[in-house]
Amino acid sequence: MASQSVKQVEDLHLVRLTKRYGEHAAVDDLSLTIPAGSFFALLGPSGCGKTTTLRMVAGLEVPTAGMIRIGEQDITALRPYKRPVNTVFQSYALFPHMDIFENVAFGLRRRGEKNIEARVNEMLELVELTPMARRKPAQMSGGQQQRVAVARALINRPDVLLLDEPLGALDLKLRRQMQIELKRIQTEVGITFVHVTHDQEEAMTMADTVAVMNAGRIEQLGAPQELYDTPRTAFAANFLGQSNLFPGQVVARDAQSVQIRAFGQQVLLPATKLSTDSDRVIVGVRPEKLHLHRAGGAVPEGRNTLTGVVTDASFVGVSTQYLVATPWGQELIAFEQNMGSAERPGVGETVTVSWEPAHSFGLDGSDDLNAGIDDDLLEVGHYTAADVEAGLVPAPATVPGG
Amino acid sequence: MQIPASSPAIDVAGVPTPAAPAPGLTRGRAVPYWLLLPGMLWLTVFFVVPLVSLFATSLQSPVSDNPDDGYYFNWDFSNYSEALSRYGEQYVRSFVFAGLATLLALAIAYPLAYFIAFKAGRWKALLLVLVVAPFFASFLIRTYAWRTILADEGFVVDLLNALNLLPQDRVLNTPLAVVTGITYNFLPFMILPLYASLDKIDPRLAEAGADLYAKPLTTFRKVIWPLSMPGVVAGTLLTFIPAAGDYINARLLGSTNDRMIGSVIDSQFIIVRDYPIASALSFLLMATILILVTIYVRRAGTEDLL
Repeated sequence: MASQSVKQVEDLHLVRLTKRYGEHAAVDDLSLTIPAGSFFALLGPSGCGKTTTLRMVAGLEVPTAGMIRIGEQDITALRPYKRPVNTVFQSYALFPHMDIFENVAFGLRRRGEKNIEARVNEMLELVELTPMARRKPAQMSGGQQQRVAVARALINRPDVLLLDEPLGALDLKLRRQMQIELKRIQTEVGITFVHVTHDQEEAMTMADTVAVMNAGRIEQLGAPQELYDTPRTAFAANFLGQSNLFPGQVVARDAQSVQIRAFGQQVLLPATKLSTDSDRVIVGVRPEKLHLHRAGGAVPEGRNTLTGVVTDASFVGVSTQYLVATPWGQELIAFEQNMGSAERPGVGETVTVSWEPAHSFGLDGSDDLNAGIDDDLLEVGHYTAADVEAGLVPAPATVPGG
Repeated sequence: MQIPASSPAIDVAGVPTPAAPAPGLTRGRAVPYWLLLPGMLWLTVFFVVPLVSLFATSLQSPVSDNPDDGYYFNWDFSNYSEALSRYGEQYVRSFVFAGLATLLALAIAYPLAYFIAFKAGRWKALLLVLVVAPFFASFLIRTYAWRTILADEGFVVDLLNALNLLPQDRVLNTPLAVVTGITYNFLPFMILPLYASLDKIDPRLAEAGADLYAKPLTTFRKVIWPLSMPGVVAGTLLTFIPAAGDYINARLLGSTNDRMIGSVIDSQFIIVRDYPIASALSFLLMATILILVTIYVRRAGTEDLL
């Protein structure tokens, strides 16, 4: 790699990209700029269009409409073998009849490059597979094959490296290890990585920027922490981590904060965290931000509070997960760290739930409160704020820990 | 399908010799060997014994000039040189025709199998049924049908003549007809193994090739073709071996100048009743096929077969 002149890395632009299969739009008018050298994650449930987007960038799928550019170069109509883009395929697609060395050398040989031996060895060193050079893919473990797939793509020094659920086939422990590994490699080579995944933790661990995709569109885009702290839609709030969402009505607003009435309780949230102009809103707060107070316990000044009855408490080591039923029938999830000091509330106990106003966020009231939650984990169907207000919401809303 | 006199060669190539069971095997471990028993018995009675008898016959001499008087065993190896000198031409022709038909079948079958494996989608099953559909009619009848198709007054000849593509003005009773017939008759044996091999290839490998700067033709040459080699080897063997011993196509579609060794063996056994010569020819055919196949498999095997 040192032998190659420093490459001017450029941004990847997707402009109004659309892919339709018959009536169904897999990718729907998607516009996106991925900054050069960044680690970008496309996160979404299966069928959200993230893989289709990736395949269009790779040239393996032809867009119905829109444009793909790298810097100023329009690559929309370029054949895949002419694009300065390489892919790490889901389940790797290593050539089974070639050894590791030849797999990695494949791209260089096709382009008639020089110094192939030295460059392949250098790349094998980067992914720590030097002793395996003469093995066949079938003789290697999943993690090793995964590293070969990365090496085979990276050695070509593409402008953009596409990773299609590259860790999906690995077990949890190996996946964690490879996440760190991939991040290290990306930092080392400085190439733009576009990573497609449905694993929100993976996206947050690795990427500088995460785009949450749903139904062919981008729901929200931002740094992991920003997405987590200030989700802008119910889908983003539920898909990235867990959220407690309940409906409310804006009663007053000023430049700093918004006052909301929810089921007779006053709730405050910072104006910057409200994503709608509508007065009907959804108030959200993350489970670990909630604190439970037993009856008679003092609640510090200025915190938002709700009361409820503990319906479930499960001890999971570092924390205890509580389900607290509100008077209007929703169940809130709360994670309390096990500090060992105070006595924990038991099931059936009435508690006060409190949180910092800064930790709440406000979403548009017309969102589906359960959007983004895996349907398999839902014991009840989808419902909106209006349903909750009408008392139509059965409990519990979600399975704890899901 | 009719079984040509020489077809046992297939079995020679295809049957693995099992290791003798080690003494002291527990009952459970001996079970696989018991499962071998019916097959082994069958092969012994209907293959090994006839083979030995055929070999013995190939070393016999006639008692008199009249074949009715029979033959006696006297280690007469001159039958082999005699057979070769008399029928060397047909012998060589058999391998040339079989080789041509095999190449032709490969050229036709590969694109077809490729299409069925990668592009046919939901039509896959139907197309595979169509590939084997000819087997519902007898081998003999299908070959007779080709006589009609290729007949001098037929539309094929008319068309080819109109296009000035026929130097001899006819197809039937020429080598072309024989090779065409063999190709047709053994085509399914080429398509099916090729399909089985291609179908196992992950289509994403082709995408990976394209992603790694290989043009479609290069991807085919470097990825698809090498991975389909097991199918190519199996298909060519399944076509070439029976084609070399075939005697129906040459007889029904060729002239007397296009006879193949299968027809010679057939007439030596049935009409002339020169059993030693016929047996010697059978053995020569078998031995040659065995040698060719061994060389072929060895060579193909060096190319990193999976």
